[in-house]
This record gives sequence, C-alpha cells and structure tokens, in this order.
Amino acid sequence: MDILKIGNKEFSSRLLSGTGKFRDKNDIKKMLEKSGSQIITVALRRVNLENPIDNILNYIPKHITLLPNTSGARNAKEAIRIAHIARVAGCGDFIKIEVIHDAKYLMPDNEETIKATKALANDGFIVLPYILPDIVTCKKLEDAGASAVMPLGSPIGSNAGLQTKSLIEMIIENSNIPVIVDAGIGLPSHAAQAMEMGADAVLINTAIATASSPALAARAFSLAIEAGRTAYLLKLQEQSKYANASSPLTGFLNL
Amino acid sequence: MSFANILKEYENFDFQNYFENVTDEMILTSIEKKELNKFDFLNLLAPKAKNYLEKLAQKAHKITVANFGYTINLYLPIYVSNYCSSNCLYCGFSKKNKIQRKKLSLEEVEIEAQEIAKSGIKSILFLTGESRKVTPLSYLCEVAKILKKQFSFVSIEVFPMSQDDYKKLFKAGVDGLTIYQEVYDKKVYQQVHVSGEKSNYDYRLETPQRGAEAGFRALNIGTLFGLGDIKKEAFFSGLHASYLSNKYLECELGLSLPRINDAEGHFKPNTILDDVTFVQIMCAYRLFLPRVEINISTRENAKFRDNLLGICATKFSAGSKTEVGGYTKARTEPQFEISDKRQSDEVIQRIQSLGYEPVYKNWESI
Repeated sequence: MDILKIGNKEFSSRLLSGTGKFRDKNDIKKMLEKSGSQIITVALRRVNLENPIDNILNYIPKHITLLPNTSGARNAKEAIRIAHIARVAGCGDFIKIEVIHDAKYLMPDNEETIKATKALANDGFIVLPYILPDIVTCKKLEDAGASAVMPLGSPIGSNAGLQTKSLIEMIIENSNIPVIVDAGIGLPSHAAQAMEMGADAVLINTAIATASSPALAARAFSLAIEAGRTAYLLKLQEQSKYANASSPLTGFLNL
Repeated sequence: MSFANILKEYENFDFQNYFENVTDEMILTSIEKKELNKFDFLNLLAPKAKNYLEKLAQKAHKITVANFGYTINLYLPIYVSNYCSSNCLYCGFSKKNKIQRKKLSLEEVEIEAQEIAKSGIKSILFLTGESRKVTPLSYLCEVAKILKKQFSFVSIEVFPMSQDDYKKLFKAGVDGLTIYQEVYDKKVYQQVHVSGEKSNYDYRLETPQRGAEAGFRALNIGTLFGLGDIKKEAFFSGLHASYLSNKYLECELGLSLPRINDAEGHFKPNTILDDVTFVQIMCAYRLFLPRVEINISTRENAKFRDNLLGICATKFSAGSKTEVGGYTKARTEPQFEISDKRQSDEVIQRIQSLGYEPVYKNWESI
C-alpha cells in the first residue's frame, strides 16, 4: 500500500484540499467525498466557533484531518499565536504556517516561517510550512522540525501551474520529509506533473473551489494525482528521458 | 518619494488630451495585460473604454474570483459620535449644521455593540465626526477595547492622527484604518473644507502612511465622488492605493467608491458619478490592483449593490445605520442617507441566492 506519512498520521490520498473561496460551504463535504481527500486546510481567521452556520468546521466530516493555517499572519510571532489559538479551538496539532508579508502577491516570508516552524515544532505541533521553493530554506526547516515542506508552484490563485518546477525538483531530490506542492495548481495536468516529478502530495484550493462543480473538479485532480503518482513509482519519467538511445557512442571500443 | 510628490508630477498633465488620444487598440491591450501600469489604468478610465465595459467587467470578475473566490466580506459601521469641529460643505456632521449632537457613553457603546453583534458579523468599523475635543484618543481607545470584546476585526474612521496615537489605537485592538482623502484636487479640497482641522490637505494625504507605520493590517482609502473631476479623482485614488501597496507590502489595501448622497446641509455635488462610469471605475481599479478589497457601502441601493457583487466587489456593509445610536434608539440625523435599507439578514440571504458566500468573520483576535 502506497502510504503518505505526515507526522504521526498516515494517509492514502495525496490530495490536500482547502476551504476558501467556495460559493457555498455545503460544497466542501461533497468535494471531500468525491475526491477522497483526507486532509483539508482551514484558515483560523475564518473559524467562527460562535456561529454554527458560519463555522466552517461544521461542514467538515470528523474523519478528515484538519490542517489549520495561519493566513493573515505577518510575522513569526503572529503565526505562533494563531497556531496556539487553533489548537485551543479544537483543530488538532497539524498546522500549516503561512507567514505572508506581502498582501500584493501573497508571497511567503521564508525567514519568519523558519522561526515559527522551530517554535511550533518544539511545542509539539506537526508543522507544514508554506514557502517559496528554496532548497536552503527546506534544509533549515528540516532541522527546525518541520513534518513536511510546502513549496509554491506559482502565486496563490494564479492557476499558472508549476512555474517553479526546477526549484521544486531540487527540493524533491534532497528532502528527507514529504514535499507537498501548494498554490498555483490550476489544472489536473499540473498536479499530475508535480506527482510525476516525485512530489509526495499536492494541495489544491482555488481551482477546485471556483470550478462550476467543485466536487467534479476535485475528482479530476484526485485522478490526476493518482496517475502522476503511479507514473512516478514506475519511474516512467526516467524511462521517457533515457529510453531513446540513438546510435551507440562507444561502439568503436568493441566492448 | 512621497505620494504628494507623485501627485505633483500630474499638476500639468493634460488628462483631456491623453483621453482623446486613447485608441480602441490601447484599451483592448490594457484589458488583456496581466500586470497593468498606470497608463493602462488611465486607458481603462478613458471615456472610450465604456464601449468595452462588458469585456472589462468580465475580466474584473475573473480576477476577483481567482483572488477572492465567490466570497464577500461583511462588516457593519457604528457611529459613536457626530460632534465635529470642521466645516465641510458636503457632510451631514459639519459643525455648521444645526443637528442634534450626540456622543455615546461607553455604556451605550457596549449596548449598541451587543445589538450589532446579533447580526453575527464579526467585523466592525467605528466612526465619529472629527472632533479631537469631544472624542479624544483616550475615548477612542476605550471604545476600541469595548468593541474588541464582541468583534474580531475593528476598524476606525475618525480624524487623522499621528503615528504615535495610531500605535495606541493599534494596541487597544484596532486592526484597520479607513481614511478618505475626499478629494485629491487640492483646489477643490480647500473650497469644500472651509475651516477646522480637516482643511489641512497635506496632513490628511499622509494619514494612511502613518497608520501603516503604526502597524494597522488594513487600510481603506478612496475619494468622495462628486467633489472633483471624476476621472482624475479615480486615477489618483488608484495611484494612491498602488503607492501604499508597494510601500507597505504587509497591509491589505481597500478602495471604496462613495458618491455624494443627500446629507443634512443639502450640498449640490460639483460633479456627478453616474452608474455606468461607477462600474467602469470599479473595474479599472480591479484590473490595476487585482488584490485590493473593493468596498461597497449602503450608500448604494440594493439592486445596484447586488449587481456589483457579481462583477468585482469584495466587501459589503449590511443593515447599516449611519445615525449615532442607530441600532438601538436612533435619535440623531444620519451622516448620509443610506440607499440599501435592507436588514443584514436580508442582504446575507440575497448574497447566498446570488451564489456567493457571505463571510461573517475574516480575522481572529490575536
């Protein structure tokens, strides 16, 4: 069985989903059912314990693993604070760190993210930091106790696909913790590509939430992720790269 | 460079001539572009761009869905005082107006806040007239603390302050600052702001910066349409937002498009912003500034607002009262007449029926 292990939990699905941007919160449950996604990220800023109708947590089945995120945090201090509030609110120990100092493009602040990761991992959180794909940052995050890294494929909401492909490839080659490609995945083919490259999982929110049928879109992404994963396990990418031998270059040596 | 200096660069800019030379091709190119520069923005504001309004609206909608999804942030205003020491020709609270003046006691703020909280909306904007004497910083800090108990996101729209004063408000729980320049045209500014502190144009212009420096996480700016030349004012508002978003990457920027409404004093607007131009400007803002919040208040009527939702609005007030104490025992004159008189739950139901998710809470008190 091909299992994704993050922290102390095991998952059979490699699609992580999100709760933002939906037309109707009732679509979230359908999306989860149809896609088989087992981890869903929730912005703590949107968790409203006082209002059951508005409370996004009430729309997520209990067997799904919550991945609260620190959306809105501008520095490590705020991210740490939000993580602790999430834990108290009953969202569990998983935390996706989003430290965004740039409201214009929503680019993560890697430096502050490392600080927050260190502090939260020390406090027993399962930390999944959202980062600009940088191998050095990833190594520092590993040392800081991150349980996975989440490099961005392209800016949030852009649907532009793997614009950072070669940077993510470096991370996949060298990482000792799961690599989850997050942000910018607009099409199932982008997700398949990330998985073929060897990413451990993909997080998709905007492309699913804003589709005319979020449930069907989630299904399409889920299938693409499975296809990409299977291809990776079969090393199809290497095969296609190296299988086209032309005339031998060393034939003259009579080996 | 300060924003005042940027404005100066346009002192002799011939907008009329520029607009006359804008071609259909220029407009179409600007609509298709991914990152618009200020001339693209200006092209979209050209009178001729109205011929491409549907195209413009489609693009604005697409960008909005990518960035905000099918959601709309809700907030409510609370007027805590209508005392004002300035005389501004267009404003219902102007000190020249013989209206009943009222300032809520802290106890009354608490009661009013409880009433507003029943709507379930967790974002509040508190407003005063501009009187440093009647509503000093200490009072505003106390109001902020009271509101913070019920609301996770608190913004202010009060008189401009120093960075130090804003820091105190930030500490007291204020998250966002709304400050409208009212009119970027300095000459008109001086004509309509006859006397009082508000007549200081330059100090007001730099107010959002002081707020950002003090730590506020959201800035909401805009021009009051009806005072200066419509297109120039729209252009300068967009430039101002762009300037601030470049300088303060960490701040969420918002733009409002208030247009003059009947207020006490019955000011006759210098210019009229019609519905078509309103939509054109709103879309131009969206294309120029893809991530900016576009805030449409109850100054606009229900039908118009509902339609703007489907284009690129991202923030609505709902069930607003613009009188001091309006949610419990309205006794004073409103600052301006509201047009969308629906209760908050009616607005919320309508938003849902239009296929959008009303967001009651979009921040956590941390």
